[in-house]
Amino acid sequence: MDDVLLSVRDLVVQFPTRGGILTALDGISFDIKRGEVLGVVGESGAGKSMTGAAIIGLIEPPGRIGGGQIHLGGERIDNLSMDDMRAIRGKRIAMVFQDPLTSLNPLFTIAEQLVETIQTHLNVSAREARDRAIALLDDVGIPAASRRIDDYPHQFSGGMRQRVVIALALAAEPDLVIADEPTTALDVSVQAQIIDVLKRLCSERGASVMLITHDMGVIAETADRVAVLYAGRLAEIGPVRDVIKDALHPYTHGLMGSIPTLAQEDDRLVQIPGAMPRLTDIPDGCAFNPRCDRVFDRCRVERPDPMPHGTRQVACWLYDEQQIKAAE
Amino acid sequence: MSDVLLEVKNLTRTFDVSLPWLNRVIERQDRQFLRAVDNVSFQIRRGETFALVGESGSGKSTIAKMVVGLLPASDGQILFDGQAMDVNSSAAMTQLRSRFQMIFQSPFASLNPRWRVRDVIAEPMKAFGTVDGKAAIDSRVDELLDLVGLGASDAGKFPHEFSGGQRQRIAIARALSSNPEFIVCDEPTSALDVSVQAQILNLMRDLQDELGLTYLFISHDLSVVRHMANRIGVLYLGALVETADGKELFKAPRHPYTRMLLEAVPDLEMTGKEHSVVKGEIPNPIDPPPGCTFHPRCEFVAERCRNDIPVPVPTPTGEAKCFAVEEGRI
Amino acid sequence: MEAIARALDSDLAYRFRRSPVAMVAALVVVLLIGSSVFAPFITSQNPFDPGSLNLMNGFSKPMEPNQFTGETFVLGTDDQGRDVFATILYGMRISLFVGFSAVIFAMVLGVTLGLISGYVGGRTDTLIMRIADIQLTFPAILVALLIFGVAKGITPPDRRDEVAIWVLIIAIGLSEWVQFARVVRGATLVEKGKEYVQAARLIGRSPVAIMVRHILPNTLSPVLVIATISLALAIIAEATLSFLGVGAPPTQPSLGTLIRIGQEFLFSGEWWILFFPAMTLLALALSVNLLGDWLRDALNPKLR
Repeated sequence: MDDVLLSVRDLVVQFPTRGGILTALDGISFDIKRGEVLGVVGESGAGKSMTGAAIIGLIEPPGRIGGGQIHLGGERIDNLSMDDMRAIRGKRIAMVFQDPLTSLNPLFTIAEQLVETIQTHLNVSAREARDRAIALLDDVGIPAASRRIDDYPHQFSGGMRQRVVIALALAAEPDLVIADEPTTALDVSVQAQIIDVLKRLCSERGASVMLITHDMGVIAETADRVAVLYAGRLAEIGPVRDVIKDALHPYTHGLMGSIPTLAQEDDRLVQIPGAMPRLTDIPDGCAFNPRCDRVFDRCRVERPDPMPHGTRQVACWLYDEQQIKAAE
Repeated sequence: MSDVLLEVKNLTRTFDVSLPWLNRVIERQDRQFLRAVDNVSFQIRRGETFALVGESGSGKSTIAKMVVGLLPASDGQILFDGQAMDVNSSAAMTQLRSRFQMIFQSPFASLNPRWRVRDVIAEPMKAFGTVDGKAAIDSRVDELLDLVGLGASDAGKFPHEFSGGQRQRIAIARALSSNPEFIVCDEPTSALDVSVQAQILNLMRDLQDELGLTYLFISHDLSVVRHMANRIGVLYLGALVETADGKELFKAPRHPYTRMLLEAVPDLEMTGKEHSVVKGEIPNPIDPPPGCTFHPRCEFVAERCRNDIPVPVPTPTGEAKCFAVEEGRI
Repeated sequence: MEAIARALDSDLAYRFRRSPVAMVAALVVVLLIGSSVFAPFITSQNPFDPGSLNLMNGFSKPMEPNQFTGETFVLGTDDQGRDVFATILYGMRISLFVGFSAVIFAMVLGVTLGLISGYVGGRTDTLIMRIADIQLTFPAILVALLIFGVAKGITPPDRRDEVAIWVLIIAIGLSEWVQFARVVRGATLVEKGKEYVQAARLIGRSPVAIMVRHILPNTLSPVLVIATISLALAIIAEATLSFLGVGAPPTQPSLGTLIRIGQEFLFSGEWWILFFPAMTLLALALSVNLLGDWLRDALNPKLR
């Protein structure tokens, strides 16, 4: 168990509203091993970004963690004080957001921001910090890094800015990088470059990555394992290749079929009827049951928890042992 | 009746992006112009889907706006069913306007939040007077809602009561309400989740078959374009670098930029093939490179490419603007 | 009924129930407006009908029986025996009438110019916004005094009292339209770029139709907020002008006129003639303002 870096158990995030308590995340459990890239996919509102925010303790009030535990390297971090959490953020867990402009301060040069981050977390001189910063920028593929380091964020293009953000995230040599839709705002050609940089640097440094995205293609290119979220719950988690080639959960199956690909022949896309329920009216039993083409009675009353199935875990009664026996 | 429904000839659009006069004087700068669309020509045949694909800044949305008359062209011509579109001639435009429509990118901004769905869908009918009388309009609205997969009971609701996908269905119903022949779709699914995108794309294809529609489909997403289009035009920095039949473009891309784009699409099949790393970034459109605008990123670059501007050369199913293709190097 | 039920269930109603300040302010406003509207049913005396006055009642202290007539007035009387309570109720009618009318005038003017400015753009926009800038460099009171002076010059003396109220309304309205114009222009610029406006342009709707039917309804929530806050400002502006003697005439005294009359008696010890109208003005303006603040936060926190 030593190689597990992050362990999330039965995580619940709730938002009290006038209509009652909304459960945005409902019993999410997963592990990330050291050096592993875990992809987290789901549609908007499924809770992917919320999971990232919960881990780094940045849930917007009035939202709160309503249950479960988060451990980082064996140490519990979901109940830490604001100050203790701040020490972990940036140092041991770093974030890369969708919009690089929100992560960079427009009033300071790249050098100032990088050097400050490095010196906050590592005990080095200003000279050393600057050299490290230049090396980092070089690593993320910024041409003429030693010259461009004194530029301001607005002097970089969108793709270059995202590279700077990645440099900033890696500056303190974190154990875990949480990347929340890091390429969504970028063009495909730039996206490919950024994925490449992120993947390469994290594996060189042995950092684990939690890659949050709605884009299955990005996950396929990058991740080792993937967790599929639906309506705040974990539908399926397992090695990327297995999930993509042979989805177990009917939702994952539909999701994969609905993605148009370059290779596929000219037929209709698979279509999941309806839409993901709002958090205010999640159906009883399995959250997916009204849209599922393989639904049976049990799904409508009893909620499935993720159950092991080969290399994977899947929250679907089709894979319950009794069900499998009965089918045989 | 000609086979070609829409013809675009040498369409060009420049924007004045100069600083205000006082700043120009103080900072000693000249006026600056951005050539968002540069000499673009294409034809769309009746009943087909022509797609324009390109990255941000390629000018695809600008072309869409000019085609439907929301933006005047700086130069060039747009012929709809043989008739020249002239934004300044209101009589001729009113005639033409009822024959084309547009579906927009954001289902959140494209419906007036203060209007009920019934009024949103009925607006084009009322504007063109295609349907008369409240009862007739209401029943047509119900019909349209049914056509796009919503219910008649939805007509009395406001847009915020619907999800993104449902709103895009409403926007489609509005576009269909004046019985157009031609619909410009400007990134119609890029704001939607993929499972919803699949629903909308399927719906659009069904409607095309059912109503004999012609689409101009604008997108940055190659896989979506692959799924929707009969013919495809690839834009780079405002210029059409390659046109080809849909299948052909993906099977045998000619232009180096098309190749690069295809290379960059994440591989969902997990074939494990190595990507060649994409080179460079899109240059600043205010100050584009001389010669072929793609030459600084091109792996087939030759001396000619740095100085001369390539002209389109025929390829098996279309044409490509590239010296390497012309010289048979690709 | 359905509409009412929906309104009660709305976010706004919910936020209202959660805000004690807004509830108290609304209660005060409703009480004050209600009592001035229904003034004839609340007090037996119409203080501006000379026939109903008894000079012997002059200078009665609050809550004390008059030394000559033995009548008791809750808030006392002034020098001519007018019940201060009644003068306040009737005075508030004038204040509120002027306030509401001025705000409506400013709103119609400002919203129209703001819409045109934002939608048409270009030189029209520059022209309207420069006029607004110029307007802002003059204090409201100065503008009002100016208009008042001009109006006084062109109306015959025997009709001055008649037109005084309307001059007040125009003067105050003119000094407050800029706020509306600016906010509506800003909102129009945002809405104009949205795709639903492009969809309307695409089918050839006229600019006027687009402005009125599409854009206007989407700019109304900030307008409502400004209207409420402007109402408080207008009531105070009216009181100021009347206090300076250039507002409501003594035959139709507003709260401001009452305060001006009252201050003459302050140093001779009849404090109540000044105190109660002043307190009413304070309560009215403060409550309307608090209501406006709450509305701004409730409708759009970003406006702050």
